[in-house]
Amino acid sequence: MSNSKFAFFLGCLIPFREASYEISARRIAGAVGIDLVEMTDANCCGLPIDPINHDMAVALAARNLCIAESMGLNIMTLCNGCFGSLAKVNKELKEDRALREKVNGYLKEISMEFKGNIEVKHFIEVLAEDVGVEKLNSFVSRPFIDLKVAEHYGCHFLRPHKYLDTGDPENPEVLTKLIEITGAKVVDYLDELQCCGGTVIAIDENVPISLTRDKLVNIKKAGAEAIVTICPECHMIFDLYQPRIEKTFSESYGLPVLYYPQLLGLAMGMSPEDLAVGELRVKADRVLNRLIQKARSQLA
Amino acid sequence: MTSEVKGGANEPIRIDTKFKNIVLKTPGGETLKICFQCGTCTSSCPIAKISDSYRPNQIIRLAQFGAKDKVLSSKTLWLCAACYTCVDRCPQGVEMESVIRTLKNLAAKEGYIPKIFKDLGLTVLETGFLYRIQQLRSKSREEKGLPTLPNPKIEDVKKLADKTGFAAIIGEESA
Repeated sequence: MSNSKFAFFLGCLIPFREASYEISARRIAGAVGIDLVEMTDANCCGLPIDPINHDMAVALAARNLCIAESMGLNIMTLCNGCFGSLAKVNKELKEDRALREKVNGYLKEISMEFKGNIEVKHFIEVLAEDVGVEKLNSFVSRPFIDLKVAEHYGCHFLRPHKYLDTGDPENPEVLTKLIEITGAKVVDYLDELQCCGGTVIAIDENVPISLTRDKLVNIKKAGAEAIVTICPECHMIFDLYQPRIEKTFSESYGLPVLYYPQLLGLAMGMSPEDLAVGELRVKADRVLNRLIQKARSQLA
Repeated sequence: MTSEVKGGANEPIRIDTKFKNIVLKTPGGETLKICFQCGTCTSSCPIAKISDSYRPNQIIRLAQFGAKDKVLSSKTLWLCAACYTCVDRCPQGVEMESVIRTLKNLAAKEGYIPKIFKDLGLTVLETGFLYRIQQLRSKSREEKGLPTLPNPKIEDVKKLADKTGFAAIIGEESA
């Protein structure tokens, strides 16, 4: 199956609240030769309703998988939640015959059948594996200099490990390598792999507010000037909620949060406008403009 | 955060000796019996770190004992963020998140379902997605040169909801 053409699964949260991820990811895809085909009949990935009915969550994920199978393409997602849900169900349905028979029983009602002939990949995996770090590196024309960033992978990109092929969940490397090609330096911080708490925001807001506050404090202590994310849910908590967290704890972080494709695009010479950097709630202009000018002058 | 468990802290816990077997037979609940209470899950749990009441190992123990009402009516059950750290770290291979999800599914069946989940469920049934994306956003997508959003066949979603029992749980079963 093609490793440059994918069925593009957008999910719910990105078009609802986090458009800058989609805009910047599509820019990068176009520039590095990833061909994205729209899934016009796709539905929710299933994850959000898993707590109330697992069978429905699996059936919704399976319906999306069937759509991509009929397109003859592997799926590419941007959201960790969608990725985790679709990749896990895809693997379970391929390996567990009893589950496959049960789910195909549901799918028969809508004239679909799970065959198990595609893969599900996160954008970050596509960049690292299908495009490749070396090729991506060749696109970087304006690397950052002296920019220290903190990375946040997000749980559903890494766990549960037995269903996902994204590296050691206690010591992941793929995003770190991708950030390094932009010239930015990744700093370590305490409890780096801790969850942002975003998935329970509807049940208890204090959970993401408290957990992300811990992370913001630790990131600040480590001397990072920005945060890099790859999930719209985590991003929303770090970025949209940051002023709320500052107010709740009477603290000040002022940490801009960039999606990885925004960071990469800037290093590739794209304009902040093309990457929708202006849509971020914690403004990134000051840090980024300074660094880009510095990089330009040093390159000249 | 309080657990608001049915009955006070000092009231005796009702035990349903068959409850354990129901969980064990439900897909996802099979590994309930192999937990030996080492506490790795709770010490790894980000929610337990900030909550006074959420302790995954205690939920498992109560379920093993058959404290059906106490477990299913507990609001703390819904605090699991599904980060899967406990799943990856359990030395005994307990599928912690799947067991807790199974308990949440059973709670929903018994009518213990947070309102927010009912609302989310209804939106999924009506739109196929988690959110109602307003016309305004669709227009701004057009202006930004982004493709039209997917528009799933709602009939498909409704049929799946009926067959899986999802519609019945959120009270929207079709006739």
